Amino acid sequence: MNANQKALAALVPANCRVLDLGCGDGTLLAHLRDAKSCKTYGVELDDTNVIACAQKGLNVIQLNLEAGLAMFGDNSFDYVLQLDTLPNIRHTEIALRETARVGKRGLISFANFAYWPLRWQVMKGRLPVTKELPYEWYNTPNVRVATYADFEALAAKCKLKVHDSFGLTDGQIIRALPNLRGSEAVFVFSA
Amino acid sequence: MSSIGHVTPQTLHFAAPLALQSGASLAEYSLVYETYGTLNADKSNAVLVCHALNASHHVAGTYEGQEKSEGWWHNMIGPGLPVDTNKFFVIGVNNLGSCFGSTGPMHMNAATGKPYGSAFPVVTVEDWVNAQARLLDALGITTLAAVMGGSLGGMQAIAWTLQYPKRVRHCVAIASAPNLSAQNIAFNEVARQAIVTDPDFHGGDFYEHNVIPKRGLRVARMIGHITYLSDDAMAEKFGRLRKTDDIAYTFDTEFEIESYLRYQGDKFSEYFDANTYLLITRALDYFDPARNYGGNITAALANALAKFLVISFTTDWRFSPERSREIVQALIANQRDVTYAEIDAQHGHDAFLMTDARYHALVRAYFENITALPPLPQAGEMSNEMASPPLPRQRERAGGEGRSQ
Repeated sequence: MNANQKALAALVPANCRVLDLGCGDGTLLAHLRDAKSCKTYGVELDDTNVIACAQKGLNVIQLNLEAGLAMFGDNSFDYVLQLDTLPNIRHTEIALRETARVGKRGLISFANFAYWPLRWQVMKGRLPVTKELPYEWYNTPNVRVATYADFEALAAKCKLKVHDSFGLTDGQIIRALPNLRGSEAVFVFSA
Repeated sequence: MSSIGHVTPQTLHFAAPLALQSGASLAEYSLVYETYGTLNADKSNAVLVCHALNASHHVAGTYEGQEKSEGWWHNMIGPGLPVDTNKFFVIGVNNLGSCFGSTGPMHMNAATGKPYGSAFPVVTVEDWVNAQARLLDALGITTLAAVMGGSLGGMQAIAWTLQYPKRVRHCVAIASAPNLSAQNIAFNEVARQAIVTDPDFHGGDFYEHNVIPKRGLRVARMIGHITYLSDDAMAEKFGRLRKTDDIAYTFDTEFEIESYLRYQGDKFSEYFDANTYLLITRALDYFDPARNYGGNITAALANALAKFLVISFTTDWRFSPERSREIVQALIANQRDVTYAEIDAQHGHDAFLMTDARYHALVRAYFENITALPPLPQAGEMSNEMASPPLPRQRERAGGEGRSQ
């Protein structure tokens, strides 16, 4: 796990039920299961990642998040994680409401487009390419980019209760000027 | 090529009657089975493979002197294969009512001195599972490392977790469903009608007339075969290809697909039994673990303790991904461990038998995690007593439909 993943894992209490939407190869979920005794399920679309999760002995469900979370009951998880999946999802509002429906708490993180080095690159006239957003404009798989401040506004529009929010840079929690100083934006919310 | 080598089926006779879900019973019966790999000292590495409609106990390996006799899942089960027989002791068992060795309608009914024929009782998935459990008892196996199957075999695997929840550590249900849809039952009914309306069927007692209702079996198989393939797979394999360039303006086989279906039908009618076809399709129709729970599959699966691997195939319209997702949803609602994959494969329902890198890698990964030894079983935790079947024996006779359409 990288520093940011470690910081995010630390936000999840021990012994709780966790659903990770877009769980990748399951590294973070395996940590929550093994180090924190969480009951975990992952959702993942990519075949290779599904197999990687199975190799770790994780519960993984192959689903397209765009198809919704109908498979999961209301408030059936203590935490629903949506880590770095937001840029890949077309129906952002629906995904957020579904996350809030299924989880007692939603935890979302995404690359903050307003992070100052990105602003600097835009100032220089080019779309930013960074560790968190490593793609060129012409080959990015992301369908959305957003800033910390953008998400605050969307959360308000969706009437989500934000319990905590901050920036995250190299594993450090950034509470002062998160929209400028956070390479990732992190929100903990509920319906 | 199978690296298991030659195998020999074994037969076990059971003298104690088997009570069936219908209320009838089989006074005595035999089960034919094969095993691959070695049962370990604490008997914790057994994997039971349940077969689907037209398959048998012959899951892997070949028969001596018969080159092309590979088992039906020879690409899945064997040394170094996804279900690795260097690690697991795999059991294939032929179900009651089948025509491949276990007691079936073509065998002698001791009570009458004639072949069972129409007198063979209707058997259900649950009955098969009870018979399989007795085989495990006889082999001294209390707990299965896994039970697995595709299609109807997957239904048996699911039934295992409900009838004998403590005896199953893992359930692998591939291209399966929590019950048949109306469309599925409809296909089965058309196939059965093809058989029972064949003049050579004689109400199921054709053995004593020394005939075989081949025409019915052929049509039944042709219909079945269409439903096992995807539209795309058929288009790719046959398209509108004709045997000759010129249109002959006849009703003979002119299109390749016609020729293929007739060939499949002919081949099938040579080796399959008409009564078996009726029995097995009926078992498919009846399977519905949610029935005793007001149609609620979540309530039904609350009884399962096993961990699940559920797999579906995108082009399988006979047992579609949606049906597998119903199983997965119910398992998640019950907080059961479950992994689910939708394999993007072209072969429709038949995909579960095909070699596919992603599919096999997933099964391999899953079985690699079935290594830890299970807790030691408590003394006396054997045979049916421990089963506490959550499915009460159906109070009414199973619909009373029988096989006499």
